[in-house]
Amino acid sequence: MPIDILMPALSPTMTEGNLAKWHKNEGDEITAGEVIAEIETDKATMEVEAVDEGVLGKIIVSEGSENVPVNEVIGVLLEEGENAEHLTASETLASMSANAEIRGQVVNPSVDTAAVAVVPSPRPKGSEMKSIGASSMLTVREALRDAMAEEMRNNENVFLMGEEVAQYQGAYKVSQGLLDEFGDRRVIDTPITEHGFTGLGVGAAFAGLVPIVEFMTFNFAMQAMDHLINSAAKTNYMSGGQMGCPVVFRGPNGAASRVAAQHSQCFASWFAHVPGIYVVSPYTAADAKGLLKSAIRDPNPVIFLENEILYGQSFEVPDDPEWTVPIGRAKVVREGSDVTITAFSVMVGHALKAAEELSKLGIEAEILDLRTLRPLDTETIVRSVKKTNRIVSIEEGWPVAGMGSEIAAIMMENAFDWLDAPLKRVCAADVPLPYAANLEEMALPQIGDIVRAAKSVCYAE
Amino acid sequence: MARASQSKNRKRSSKAPRPRARKRVTPSEDQLLEYYKDMLLIRRFEERAGQMYGMGLIGGFCHLYIGQEAVVVGMQKAIDDRDAVITSYRDHGHMLACGMDAKGVMAELTGRIGGYSKGKGGSMHMFSRDNRFYGGHGIVGAQVPIGTGLAFAAKYKGTDGVSLTYLGDGAVNQGQVHEAFNMAELWSLPVVYVIENNRYGMGTSVKRASAAKELYRLGEPYGMPGEQVDGMDVLAVREAAEKAVKYCRDGKGPYVLEMMTYRYRGHSMSDPARYRTKEEVAEMREQHDPITNLSKVIVHAGYKTEDDLKKIDKDIRAVVADAAEFAQASPEPDSSELYTDVLVDA
Ligand SMILES: Cc1ncc(C[n+]2csc(CCOP(=O)(O)OP(=O)(O)O)c2C)c(N)n1
Ligand SMILES: [Mg+2]
Repeated sequence: MPIDILMPALSPTMTEGNLAKWHKNEGDEITAGEVIAEIETDKATMEVEAVDEGVLGKIIVSEGSENVPVNEVIGVLLEEGENAEHLTASETLASMSANAEIRGQVVNPSVDTAAVAVVPSPRPKGSEMKSIGASSMLTVREALRDAMAEEMRNNENVFLMGEEVAQYQGAYKVSQGLLDEFGDRRVIDTPITEHGFTGLGVGAAFAGLVPIVEFMTFNFAMQAMDHLINSAAKTNYMSGGQMGCPVVFRGPNGAASRVAAQHSQCFASWFAHVPGIYVVSPYTAADAKGLLKSAIRDPNPVIFLENEILYGQSFEVPDDPEWTVPIGRAKVVREGSDVTITAFSVMVGHALKAAEELSKLGIEAEILDLRTLRPLDTETIVRSVKKTNRIVSIEEGWPVAGMGSEIAAIMMENAFDWLDAPLKRVCAADVPLPYAANLEEMALPQIGDIVRAAKSVCYAE
Repeated sequence: MARASQSKNRKRSSKAPRPRARKRVTPSEDQLLEYYKDMLLIRRFEERAGQMYGMGLIGGFCHLYIGQEAVVVGMQKAIDDRDAVITSYRDHGHMLACGMDAKGVMAELTGRIGGYSKGKGGSMHMFSRDNRFYGGHGIVGAQVPIGTGLAFAAKYKGTDGVSLTYLGDGAVNQGQVHEAFNMAELWSLPVVYVIENNRYGMGTSVKRASAAKELYRLGEPYGMPGEQVDGMDVLAVREAAEKAVKYCRDGKGPYVLEMMTYRYRGHSMSDPARYRTKEEVAEMREQHDPITNLSKVIVHAGYKTEDDLKKIDKDIRAVVADAAEFAQASPEPDSSELYTDVLVDA
């Protein structure tokens, strides 16, 4: 069978080009890989190499021809023992149309992507466990340490790495005692090299380990953003499901106190934007422990956002080392009938205090601790709003494209008819966080702001 | 320090890499033929990929490996099934050398369900856990810390495995490469960094991009030995590879190999190629082609005749033709695949 030589494309968008030169004449022998012609567009020139060997039987498009459509037959290659008589017009035409057909194929998804614009990733399996048995008062710091220690005892492949996690016992003392118990093979001080050690952690996870990577604070994770998103979150998908990445990235997130703009930022909505990871941000010590254990056990990358201010706060934590909290479920931490308030991390504490003040005014707020920001527990939020018909979203991050914006969209899509007032957001002021005490206080959500927002959606001004 | 000065002697002009005079272990006839076939498979595969790209069957970016075949084939011969391989987006050759099926690779290029990533990754993002090939990474330099993590895992688990982490001459300027070098030496990780110096990162020559001209010495400040190798000579590559892999396997830490090589084709399929002369390309193709040169060795030794080699070529072209056919016949992924594999089911 003679082989058609087709006009090639230099890029997927090229539709035609010029055949600048033939390097071979009719009757010349051609070996595979040899340059036979040159084509050009206004942007580039390209050499056309033969893929098969044979004899250039016929030049169909002569050199100097302009605007030759891509995939047009420009010449014909004869294999051993063939001659030009093999070339019948019909054969050439048939192969041309076959190629045109191939080229015309387009992805034709039967899923109407417009209609399913929002398909949230599924939640991990597992349901809320009732804690049975004894519990103890622990700080969030201790709860996090216990979660890591228990999972490291459970699974030899779990290890902790980060700046100052070993000898220094953690910049915020979260990893206290872990070096003593597990040694320097499994509790590893890294150089100050976020981009590098994040990538290294991802590689170790691809190879079957379960790294817990501590960021001294999430502000520094911005240097590692490429590995968090491009390497950790996307690779399983890009590999057709071969390359799971069981890794936990954890550390303090959000404003601490008086450390100013570069050290005070909430990254919740940044990470929540990205498919392929879970984003968790607990408030209580019990949730910190239960969720961190779930995160370590989960085969997917988890971004675990802690809060420096919460580290020293104490809560009841179940003693049972098998007790965990499922990722992907919000928790109603205060029931109420008049307004739903969503919050996460340190803001849950603010919301609870605001609820007490609101109660004095005759407004009963229902507080939802979101706990997981990806996937958001839409069901629990919507269920609450169907009861209260009003909603206020609290977060420490900036307003634009924040978690509150996402919750507003969820309300539009899932609870529009149930709302008696537009959603209100309480966020950080839309400025880099100032250092001065008075300005810092103004820039961050305060209890009074939450009270005002709740009153306003209840029209209780 | 002894290592560093030792590597200084290996300094050579980057223009025309020539094999260093060294005592070679002469490979057997079978080995030579295996190298020849492996390189030829990559060459023919890439030519076909280029052609299919021209026909619009392959989309997006497509970076061909033509000219660099000796590097990956020579390296691969020094490793076994304990070891892991990772590289950038110029990855088709690496996958074939790792023993991945030409059909599955080609079908990924055409975005079909039969591809290694079910059509969801494309040319730059392919993986095979079974063949210990860890990608296929589209972000320049990103594979370097990840490959270092593969070595970390090997050491942690005590598998004796080594990570072959490939990077380009352009990638060496990424900060993360140096971050990885530092940790690799600090923790004595078993990783061979194979710098494929094909003289250009897209259109920018090494001269214009890197203040350091001797890339094999980039690990020196960290105490890492490095060596420059004629990457157009599969036998030289194999020899250097064995030494480097052994060094890592012996627990001595990371190693740098700078492979002096050349890509004949453009950076990706749409490359105006105004940054280098036709003569430069022609000189490399005509005088330093790794496949032609090895064929001469084989014929000269009397192992095979020109005609025998022609027959081998024909067989390989048949394999590639099969792959191309498969890649066109394999259906596009079902629309249900859009939402699968985002997360691993717990
Ligand atoms: C971080 C990043 N910057 C830029 C690019 C675009 N880009 C892709 S390949 C490339 C050149 C890389 O050259 P080199 O490392 O020498 O590898 P080669 O292509 O020669 O194999 C560039 C700039 C990218 N993919 N990633
Ligand atoms: Mg290069």
